[in-house]
Amino acid sequence: MASVNDVVIKIGTVNGTGSASANGLLMKSIFRMGIPVVGKNYFPSNIQGLPTWYEIRVTGDGYQARSNRVDLMVAMNAQTYARDLDELAPGGWLVYDSTWPRSKLLDRDDVTVLGIPLSRMCNESFDGARARILMKNIAYVGAVAALLDIDLNTITTMLEETFASKPHLIDSNMTAIRLGYDYATDNFVCPLPMKVEAMDRTKGHIIVDGNTAAGLGCLYAGATVGAWYPITPSTSLMDAFRSFCSKYRVDEESGKRTYCIIQAEDELAAIGMVLGASWNGARSFTPTSGPGISLMSEFLGFAYYAELPAVVFNVQRTGPSTGMPTRTQQADILSCAYASHGDTKHVLLFPGDPAECFTMAQDAFDLTERLQTPVMVLSDLDIGMNDWMVPDFEYDDSRIPDRGKVLSADDLENMEKFYRYLDVDGDGIPYRTLPGQHPKGSFFTRGSGHTKYGDYTENSGDYQDVVDRLLLKWETARSIVPEPEIHHSKFNKAAILSVGSSDGACKEALDRLSAEKISLNYCRVRGFPFSDSVREFIEQHDVVYVVEQNRDAQLRTLLMLDCDADPKKLVSVLHYNGLSLNAEFVVQRVLEEHSKGQAA
Amino acid sequence: MTYIAKPKISHPGMPRNSLGLTVRDYEGAVSTLCAGCGHDSVTAAIVQAVFELNIEPHMLAKMSGIGCSSKTPAYFVSQSHGFNSVHGRMPSVTTGANAANRKLTYIGVSGDGDSLSIGAGQFVHAIRRNLNMCYIIENNGVYGLTKGQFSASADIGTKPKKGLPNQQEPIDPVSTAIALGATYIARSFSGDKDQLIPLIQGALSHDGFALVDVISPCVTFNDHEGSTKSYAHTREFYHHVVEADYIPPAEEIKAQYDEGSAMPIELHDGSKIVLRKIESEYDPTSRAKAFKYLRDRFNAGEITTGLLYIDDSRKEMHDLMGNIETPLSEYPLDKLQPGNAELKKILSRYR
Repeated sequence: MASVNDVVIKIGTVNGTGSASANGLLMKSIFRMGIPVVGKNYFPSNIQGLPTWYEIRVTGDGYQARSNRVDLMVAMNAQTYARDLDELAPGGWLVYDSTWPRSKLLDRDDVTVLGIPLSRMCNESFDGARARILMKNIAYVGAVAALLDIDLNTITTMLEETFASKPHLIDSNMTAIRLGYDYATDNFVCPLPMKVEAMDRTKGHIIVDGNTAAGLGCLYAGATVGAWYPITPSTSLMDAFRSFCSKYRVDEESGKRTYCIIQAEDELAAIGMVLGASWNGARSFTPTSGPGISLMSEFLGFAYYAELPAVVFNVQRTGPSTGMPTRTQQADILSCAYASHGDTKHVLLFPGDPAECFTMAQDAFDLTERLQTPVMVLSDLDIGMNDWMVPDFEYDDSRIPDRGKVLSADDLENMEKFYRYLDVDGDGIPYRTLPGQHPKGSFFTRGSGHTKYGDYTENSGDYQDVVDRLLLKWETARSIVPEPEIHHSKFNKAAILSVGSSDGACKEALDRLSAEKISLNYCRVRGFPFSDSVREFIEQHDVVYVVEQNRDAQLRTLLMLDCDADPKKLVSVLHYNGLSLNAEFVVQRVLEEHSKGQAA
Repeated sequence: MTYIAKPKISHPGMPRNSLGLTVRDYEGAVSTLCAGCGHDSVTAAIVQAVFELNIEPHMLAKMSGIGCSSKTPAYFVSQSHGFNSVHGRMPSVTTGANAANRKLTYIGVSGDGDSLSIGAGQFVHAIRRNLNMCYIIENNGVYGLTKGQFSASADIGTKPKKGLPNQQEPIDPVSTAIALGATYIARSFSGDKDQLIPLIQGALSHDGFALVDVISPCVTFNDHEGSTKSYAHTREFYHHVVEADYIPPAEEIKAQYDEGSAMPIELHDGSKIVLRKIESEYDPTSRAKAFKYLRDRFNAGEITTGLLYIDDSRKEMHDLMGNIETPLSEYPLDKLQPGNAELKKILSRYR
């Protein structure tokens, strides 16, 4: 199995042992050699003691998805040794800690097993149980560096940067790297036939997770109020926002905070706080995951009907119910689109990677204030918590945030009378006022029946006037949500349509299908309600493979409901086992369906 | 919650407050509650209290949830913004509103169903944060809009119009608030305007969470013989322990108080509350003593009223966090983002 810059490394450890920083060091060292990487973390819903894996795909071609094969397994966890060995591709290599003998029963003759006495070497070189455990992780990084030919200088530089404030740790970490590296070079033929070689494909790129990117986006959007209830996998979004705020949101004059983060008692309160803050004119948001959306639903319907802005990040995880909180899915599409009772529907944004988490966080605040309705950003665990290589973020310093139709005290002073729910401009969006600006601006915000003048009503016609105008606003939303990403050739009559984190695997699948002489067009939806271009795209094709990560074809259902798409054209490719999507799966399913179509 | 506009009737001789407004300017729409409802008396007390405090109508925010009590913000100060939210969630909306703009005065009107059942979680957490607001519970022991089911504040043995007496332990908002550490806790009766108005004024001026639990009888479903939340029962077992006089910021204490019986407390805005003990053993500054007294009198069947606990030393939500005085909603957006050059520096961490 000889290859250059096309290798998948998987490291099996025990959670709570500090392996995350070792794995980060390994991945970033490869990234710094100019080689694109994909990192995926498979972790348990647990604090300490259960199996956890980190997978690094080195992809010179720059693909974004995980691969479904493993070439080099670093099996550090005796508990999962059998499973790890089993997962290894034929011709692959397995590194294990040979301090303790391995059962002969676990032998496979189509792989090469490399034993390295990592624990013994670390016990001899370091004092203290914690240091020995941590350094064992660093030692396997050294071994992998030797096996794959990762540049030792790059690793040294990274350690120097990481421990700049604790120089004594640089030496001990380098010692550990050397233990692994030297043992491997002394005992095996290094590098292996599959290895890495410096390239120039990572310049202008960063490695970042989507939750950090979204938190940064909220900082740049000028969000001031964040309310949340801790829930995996969204928690790190607020952690990131808080960390950015602690540096960039301190008032120069008073030294006081220009942000307010409130850890709510539950998600019902979190969304209530967001609505109270947006009613008062602050940009406010809440990050959550599926169960939180269920709890927020009543208030989301209120916000739809009372026309209040709110930004909700739903970092989707595997449902139903508690499901698998540390696995990924795209299974809240329908529950978000129609969250709450009554005729309710919501604007959704679908970032495809962390770069779009950064930009769409900003877009979400503009859209929610422009449309005066909640905007939900549907990320997922794969985007939110995994490290992605993406182009550098840019902020346009000339960007003027869209605060929507808000009347100032001067506007009100010069007005005869203000009516909250009147469609003055014909786009279905009324004007709003903020409390504390002017007595003429006062009105009563309510979830009960109201007239276009803002008064309470139980009159059928007056009620219907308002809900009909909300439909007009929905059409305005359709015209301003982000357009889909489309790759189109008029020669192709079949296409793939996907959403969010399914993007990377789909694009890789398109390349591979094309190599098999199956050329497909591509559309990735980025907003809901769907732009006209989505409807047109479907109309232009005889068959559209709708690729999504849920069991019930929720995106396909939404396309039928919102674009009146012909169900016969929409062929589902569904992946919902909780692991992020890989290209192989898409290729196989499309080939199956394609051959059925040929036969028919 | 009404669509009937109330005609503005005012005559030139009406007293004006320092803003030049009359009490009529603080009224709202016509109430649609039942004739004789205690809540309408509370509304009238709020109108008077806000008028006398010289609060600019547009600087007052009226917050509520769902229920008869939650309808009432429509019936006072029509030039204030109102937020009639969902059932039991007024505290969270007020928390967010206050987070965005701490310069407004927040008055929340809730009921025993809204605060002690569906909204119990939000009620206790608003206290925990010492959210700066006046929180009024119009407490009648029943659900009115759904026609007379017991609420969580119904006393043991109290009789419904139909069916069997309540046997479950009531939740008392006042002793609950003391246990949780609320910083201003009062109880009053809708039928005692003289007591109620200064208590609401103190609550609006207090810098932190101020609870005013008002026994406010439901004439339709809970005003019969055998009900412990009826007008007759409340009048009979009403036990006033501490008088509270509200003195506005610029004014001197004029009344003559007996040596040792009066205790002036200065609030953050310069106004004063003068506490006068009617019950000499009562101590409204000790959580433990106040709690014990309240429980003892409760067990004896009495309804203890007055300003029952006050602690003006604790910081409210924003000050606990170290937040800026300027409302966050008014802070210029361009000063909230650090710009593209700084973004490049931030990104260097991710290489």
